[in-house]
This record gives sequence, C-alpha cells and structure tokens, in this order.
Amino acid sequence: MSVSSEVMQSEFDTTPFLKRLGAFDWVWALLVIAGSLFTHNLYGQLMDGYEVGILYGSAVGLIGLGWGWKPLRGFSLAVALISLAAIGLYGAELARADTSFFLKFLISSQSAIMWMSALYVMATATYMFALAVGSDFSGKVASAMTWSATVMGTVGLMVRWRESYLLGADIGHIPVSNLYEVFILFSIITALLYLTYERRYNNRAIGAFVLTVISAAVGFILWYTFDREAHHIQPLVPALQSYWMKIHVPANFVGYGAFALAAMLGVAYLMIDRRPEGMLAKRLPSTEVLDDIMYKAIALGFAFFTVATVLGAMWAAEAWGGYWSWDPKETWALIVWLNYAAWLHLRLTKGWRGRPLAWWAIVGLFVTLFAFVGVNMFLSGLHSYGTL
Amino acid sequence: MNLAITLLVAIAIAAIIGTVLQQNEPYNNYIMKFGPYWFEVFKSLGLFNIYGAPWFLALLGVLLVSTSTCVYRNTPAIIKDMRHFRLGVKEKSLRAFHHVDEWQAPDSAASLAESLGKRLQLRGYQVRHKQHNGYQMVAAMRGGMGRLGYILSHVAIVVICIGGLLDGNLPLKLAEMNGDIKVETRDLPVSKIPAESTLGIENSSFRGSVNIPEGSRGDFVFLAMRDGYLLQKLPFTVALEDFRIEHYPSGMPKSFESDLLIIDPELKEPLRKTISVNHPWVYKGYAIYQASFSDGGSEMQLQSWSLDNPTAEPLQIDAVVNGTQRLATPRGEYALEVIDFKPFNVFPADEESGKKFRNYGPSVIFKLRATNGEAREYVNYQAALMVDGRPFLLSGMRSTPSEEYRFLHIPMSADGSIDRFMRFLAKAQDEALITEVTQQQAATDLAMQPDNPMYSQFVNSMVGLVQLFITEGIDAVVTVAEQNVPEERREEALSSYIKVVQGVLGTLYVDLLREEGVDVSSGINEAQALYFDDALNAFSLIGPYGSPVLMRLQEYKHVEATGLQITRAPGQNVVYLGCVMLMAGVFFMFYLHHRRLWIRIEENEGRSSVLFAAAAHRERSDFDKEFETLCADLRHNSNSVLSRI
Ligand code: HEM
Repeated sequence: MSVSSEVMQSEFDTTPFLKRLGAFDWVWALLVIAGSLFTHNLYGQLMDGYEVGILYGSAVGLIGLGWGWKPLRGFSLAVALISLAAIGLYGAELARADTSFFLKFLISSQSAIMWMSALYVMATATYMFALAVGSDFSGKVASAMTWSATVMGTVGLMVRWRESYLLGADIGHIPVSNLYEVFILFSIITALLYLTYERRYNNRAIGAFVLTVISAAVGFILWYTFDREAHHIQPLVPALQSYWMKIHVPANFVGYGAFALAAMLGVAYLMIDRRPEGMLAKRLPSTEVLDDIMYKAIALGFAFFTVATVLGAMWAAEAWGGYWSWDPKETWALIVWLNYAAWLHLRLTKGWRGRPLAWWAIVGLFVTLFAFVGVNMFLSGLHSYGTL
Repeated sequence: MNLAITLLVAIAIAAIIGTVLQQNEPYNNYIMKFGPYWFEVFKSLGLFNIYGAPWFLALLGVLLVSTSTCVYRNTPAIIKDMRHFRLGVKEKSLRAFHHVDEWQAPDSAASLAESLGKRLQLRGYQVRHKQHNGYQMVAAMRGGMGRLGYILSHVAIVVICIGGLLDGNLPLKLAEMNGDIKVETRDLPVSKIPAESTLGIENSSFRGSVNIPEGSRGDFVFLAMRDGYLLQKLPFTVALEDFRIEHYPSGMPKSFESDLLIIDPELKEPLRKTISVNHPWVYKGYAIYQASFSDGGSEMQLQSWSLDNPTAEPLQIDAVVNGTQRLATPRGEYALEVIDFKPFNVFPADEESGKKFRNYGPSVIFKLRATNGEAREYVNYQAALMVDGRPFLLSGMRSTPSEEYRFLHIPMSADGSIDRFMRFLAKAQDEALITEVTQQQAATDLAMQPDNPMYSQFVNSMVGLVQLFITEGIDAVVTVAEQNVPEERREEALSSYIKVVQGVLGTLYVDLLREEGVDVSSGINEAQALYFDDALNAFSLIGPYGSPVLMRLQEYKHVEATGLQITRAPGQNVVYLGCVMLMAGVFFMFYLHHRRLWIRIEENEGRSSVLFAAAAHRERSDFDKEFETLCADLRHNSNSVLSRI
C-alpha cells in the first residue's frame, strides 16, 4: 500500500494544527464571524439568548468544518451570496416573488428548490452514466451538478426562512418544521455527507447509489408540492415555537442522512459481492473500503442521532412536561437508535463484517424511513404536526 | 454480548408493538376493535400499556443488569489497558504484530530512542522509555480515552434506566397490586373521590393534568391510569387569574398563556407567574406546564323554540357548558347537555369571497338526550349566515361524533327574527288547513267534486303526502315513491308529488303573506319567492333534524379554562446526567482510536537496528495509512541507511 505524496506532506509536517492554517483559513474565519455578526445585528431583535448562542455556535462549527473540509467554504459563500441577493430582491414585500425575474425563475425559495430537484435528478443520471461507461469526466460533471443542487437547496431553505418572516413576523420560523421542509434538509445533508466521502476516497462511483436515495426524496418533495400543495409556509403550533427546533431537527437529519448513505453503500457492497468480477467491482471501491465507509457513516449517524434524541428528550421535557412520553415519534427514534446500536455491536464486538451488516444497514434505512415519514403517515401522537 | 444484541432488538420490537397499537385508550375502544376474546388476551399481555407491562420492565431490567455486569467485567481490563505502556513486550510478540517495520540506523540507541520518542510526541503520542539490558524500548500510546468511551456510554445506559425507574410509576403499580390504591373509573366531583383513589403529597414522582377555569383554583391533579384515573394532591394551590390565547388568521392557536398564582401555606405572599407553552414554571420540584385549554363553563342564554308548536312563545333557558337540564316537550322529556362553546369559528372561505378565511361567529354545541338514552348532537350558530344576501339561522345535527354535521338553514326575516318561519311552519303542520287547501285544489284544479268516489282517497293521500314531507322530510317522500311506483314512472311520479307539496304549501304561504298585509293580487315578488323556496328546503330537513326544539344562542359569557400538566420527576437530572455521559461516550468511542507503538532499538558496534511495531484497539483502515506515514517519518528521522528489509 503506497501513500499519496499529498498525505505524506501533511503527515510529515508536525506543526500544531492552528499554526498550519494559511492566510485563507483566517480569511474564511473572519468572513464567517463577520457574517454572523451581520446576521446578529440584522435579526437580533427576533432572537432570544439561546438563539444567539446557536448562531455563534454554528459559526464556530462552520469555521472548523471549513478548515477541515475546504470545499465547504466555496459552498457556504455561494449560498450566502445568492441568499442575500434573494433577500435583497424581496426587500419587504413577498409579492416581488412574481414580479422580479430572478426571484420568479431562479432564487425564490420555491424556484430554488425546483432547481435543486432538477439538478439532483440530473446528477443521479450522470453519476450512473459515468459509472456505466467509466467516464471520469462525466463523473466530475455529476459532482458539479450535485454541488450546485446542494447550493440551490440550501439557498431555497435560507430564502424560505426569510419569506416566512415576510408573511408575518409572528409566522416566521426556521424551515425545518414540516415534512416538506425536512425532506429538503435531508437531501442537502445526505449530499454533503456523500461529497465529503467522495473527496476523501476520491471515488465517484458511489454517487450513482447515494444520489438515488436523494432522487427518491426529491420525488417525494415534488409529489408533495404538486399533489398536496405542501410548499405553502404554515405558521407554527405553539409547541414548536422554541429554539430547540433549531438544534434538534438538524442533528436528527445528520443522523438520517448518514444512515441513508450507509444503506446505499450496503447496496453497492452487495452488488459487487454478488459479481466480484463484474464491471461494478472494477469501478467501485473494494468491498473492504465500502465496508469501512459504511461503518464510518453509521458511527457518525449514530453519534448525531444520539445527540438529537437527547435534545428531543430535553425539548419534550420543556414542551410536553416530560422528557419521555412513549409518543410514537419518540419511540421510533428509540427503535432506530437501538437498531444501529445492535449493528455497531455486531461489528465492533462480534467482529461481523460485510454481507450481513450490509443487509442490516439496508433494512435500517427502512426503519429510519418509517421513523421519519411512516410515523407521521400512519401513527398519531404528540408529534402529529407535519402529518401528510 | 449476544445477550446485549438480543436485548436491543427485543426492546426495539416491543417498542414497535406499542406504537402500532394505540396505548392507554379507554377499554371499550379496544373491545370494539378486537372483540371480547382478543381484548382479554391482549389485556393479559399488557399490550394496552406495553411500556408499563411487567415483561417490558423486566426486559429493561435485564438490559440494566447485563449492561452493568458487562461494564463491570470489561472496565478493569480497559482501564489497565489505557494506562499501561507495555514496555516489557518481547521481541517475538512484536514481530507477530500486523504492523511491523525495521531498519538500521547509524546513531546510538540512546540518542535514537531520544529523537524518535520526540518525533512521536510531536504526533500527539504519549511516550515512555525503558532501558532493558541489551536494548532500548520506546513505547507510545494515543487515544486511550477512546476506551473510556465504552465505559461512559454503557454506564450511561445504566444511569438512564435508573433515572427512568425513579420517574416511572412502578411504586403505584405495586401499591395497586397490594390493593392499597384503586383506580377510579367513574367521573365524580373531586370531593367524592374515595380515599383509596387519592395520592398524598408524599408521592415523589407523577405526571398529572388538571383544567382550571379562570378565576378558580385547585390543589390536585389527575393521573391517567389505564381506563381510569387517580387523584394526586399537591402541597400548594394553583389559581388561574387570567388565560389568554392568540390565534392566526386561520383560527389556529398561535400562543396561549396563563397568569398563575401559587398559594402555599409556607409562603406569606402568593407567587405570581405567567406560563406558556415551552415556558413552564418549576416550584419546589413541581413543574407546571401549559398543556392545553378548554371551555371553563361559559354561561349563555338559549331561546328554545318548539318545533311541535311553532307559534308558542320561545322559552328562555340559562345554560352553562358541561351543565345539564331537563326539557319538557310534547315528545317527552329530554336532557339538554351543553358540551362546548366557541366564541368564534374560522373556516376556509369559498373562492369568490376573495378572503382566505371566514369567521362564522359564536357557536354552542349541545346534546339532546331522550329518556331512552339516545342522544343527537347539535351545533348552533348565533350570527345570521348570509347566503346570496339572504340571512339564515344555521344549526347542524349529527347522531354520532364520527359523522359530519348536516346543516339546517332556517330563513330569517330581514330583522333577523324567525317568527315568520315559525308561523309558516305552524300552518304547514296544521292538518285541518292542509285538508282544506287540498279540497279546494281538488275542486278547482281537477274539477273533482266530493261525490266523486276518488275524492276522499285523493284528498287523504295528498294530505298524507304533505304531512309526510313536513314530519319526515323529502327523503321519506322519495322512499314512498320508490315503494309504490315502478322504476320507469318514478321520476314523473316524484315530480308530481313535489308539485302537490309545493302547491299546497304555496297556497299556505300566500295566506301567510295576506295575513301580513302583503298585496298578492299581482303575484309575489322575487324575494318572497326565494323565501318560500328556502322555507321549503328547511321544512324538508326538519324531520331528519329530529329535535323537538330549535335553540337560538342569545347572550353569553365566555369562560376559559387552562389545561395544566403538573409533574414531579426526581429522576430527570439523573437521566440528563446519563444522557451527557452517553453523548460523550459515543463520541469518544468513535472518534478517539486507541493506538500503541513500540520502538525496540538494539545497538551493536555503533549501529542501531530499529524494530517498529504498532497495534490499534480496533484495526481501522485509517491506521494502515497512519502506520505507513509513521514508518516513513521515523525512518526519515533516524536517517536510516538501509531501506526496508
Ligand atoms: C442501549 C444499549 C447500548 C448501546 C447504545 C451500546 C453501544 C455500544 C457501542 C456504540 C459500542 C462500540 C464501542 C466501541 O466502538 O468501542 C459498544 C461496544 C460494546 N458494548 Fe455496548 N451498547 C449498549 C448496550 C450494551 C450491553 C447491554 C452490553 C453487554 C451486555 C454491551 C456490551 C458491549 C461491549 C462488550 C462492547 C465492546 C467494548 C469494546 O470492545 O470497547 N453493550 N456498545
């Protein structure tokens, strides 16, 4: 096994992390800080202490992520600029959505989300094509599409956030409050997670698999928009009006995204496992690597899902008067969690690898799926907002 | 460990059952759903309250025990492993490692050990040296905390279970088994609830709820238990000074809050505080939450119009929500049970109105229960509903809560009164009148004389038809047509029936107009015609409406009640502690890898031969990479002369 010189370099130099940061890293940090200060004094009067904390907390997190994963910077800057442009175009009246060309066709939340949907689907097709013909170039194109889809999706959410306030100061809220909004969040986060692994293992073949899930989510979003008119911004029921939502839901979706990623890796694994000599086997990473990424994804998912569930419990304690009520959504979170706990035990303590765990990860996705869609569809309970 | 995994899966499955099967519903619902046999089976399995079922708690118990034993067994080894650098490892075992490398270096063992040790320190490793006879040993270690993660996360499981146990209602269950307490299933006034269904303030953990109307107070909450409840006493009194609710334009609640007062014998002054959703009030370990709201016994005046004797003076009734009173009617005695009052009713508006929502104003919901226990539910709106510019009095009826309301639209006069409608109804119910009118029609329209053999039969059937229409509604008329007329001629028969009814009632209507001093010599105008149609529509539904009276909502005084949830959860902080440990533990486990390195340096005639070996707690693929770079690094820094062997 040989080490790429780049890794050698970075590993060779043993100066402490902070000292290793270049000018750009500090520019990045300053930009983020400036950005959050700007946001703070622009919208500060709408925030309570916790939310200010969350703002700066996420700023720090973003800086760190940007240092660890350079592409995130360009991404964030793009999102910031486009969103600001949209917000600027809106000014103080929602009606501009139909009069301003750019809003109407490009960057009003609704259009941005449509662009996201289109781009994700195209990206999926392109990844598949790239995988089929083994074309490196189209692989790169697919990545580019995924990146831009993710930018558009994030812009969509950012702008929607603003739009909700334009509807009325008392209606405004972070757009993670119903199935429609969280499906967008899910697509974005899954994509971002995938993109980190794509770079880390510098292999685009997995994209064909992961983007399939995202396309499925997009399919749901579109059905939900056109069939159910779900894209209209709805005001929040009192129980949801809390800063907890800003941390609980995103944490959850890092978990969901990671689990979805793991499941698709499981699919890929099983396919090459079936035909070790096949074309896929040549183009995808080795089963060992897939197995390893699958573990990493589930570990990440499990960690964040643990945090999310704990946050959920703390929120429940504040909103419903008890940190645990065996409400269906709660209970299904526990089920998902136990399921992956079992998965981790099988791997880490029983030393299981490969096929069975791949299957388990795929089943896990369905369990997860039920926890975040099925419950709202079939079961009633305290969480029964965001019902279909 | 198999046990652990089995447990995790088993608990997950049990949890699933609990979500698929609605928990803690009234037993009757289950009996209706599953039938008496399966009901008993499920009941004995505790499926209606799985998370409190003995076997489920047992499962958690086993998880608790097995996790603790598991931690207990693993911890000493792990701690030891975290702390010891294993400076004494034998060369043979080093060579047996998965990651091994060796090379020759010019420098002395001592200096080499020194410099390589430094190198490893720079990479974040802790380093220990040992001078064995004949060779130098450098042992390094990193990420030991990762092992702590296992301990933390698993102890956390135990802590959380214990915390949960503290807050669970296990003690209550036991007390119930001993027969010390008895779940109350009847709904009684608080003062009448027997002692064995009442819990004193010594009960350290509960989660109950209570509705307190504006201006009143309570020192208790109700604990829902299966198909009944228990009364839980509080060491203080909670009073509701004021309740406020705001709504979105859609009528959906935007926020609601209560100005509460806590009156505690131990306090000189009562405490005041406003609570709202997501902003509870914690006092002496009791947490008070804004959970819901309801009607707190609104008072109202109802005007009761008899539908059997429409021209009689309407009765004035003083009613209050959740109150019941007797109602004597020609059809026998009824119980009027007022269920709810709504100060406004917002529904999506129809398109052309341009507005998105429309407020239908105040409404009262009540039941009329006949002596045989059968009841129908009615919703009556106070304000006139304008349809195409004509005012109607709106009243909905349904026989079971699962149905939609069927609405009766009573046409009002311009001044908003329904006297006119009632006078018309009185005429329509008056058999003598109807007979008279039909006789006239027979004479004029059909030139049929009383001596005609068909005459009386014709008159009787016409009268019967009109009465059927008035007493049982249009549907009954249709049924008659279906019974007596063959399929193909039904259409026309029906239309002729309706003509008859319209003819007869039309004549009565004209009489009515005359009595009102309207000049009908030149026919009737549009408005009057429309009123007639509206009245007929109303008549055709009065039968099915099935009420002896028509209630009109007059004055009202809206009284709200706040729905509070009051809990005592001594285990909460224990659980939170466990949660923090769990989160920390999980991140430790996944993101700190325990790795060990050994450098064995043996010096002979001024050269040193270096043996470098490494091991990771769990061989992760990343470690191969790290090992490669470590080798490269160390070789580079021991300016090794010979390349890899
Ligand atoms: C809800 C309950 C549990 C959760 C969430 C959980 C979670 C985990 C996780 C994530 C790991 C991986 C540790 C690592 O990466 O080093 C692990 C390891 C382990 N778990 Fe659990 N566990 C649970 C219950 C149990 C129980 C009940 C037992 C024993 C009866 C157990 C025994 C172990 C053992 C022996 C290991 C391996 C520790 C090591 O080698 O470092 N766990 N557990």
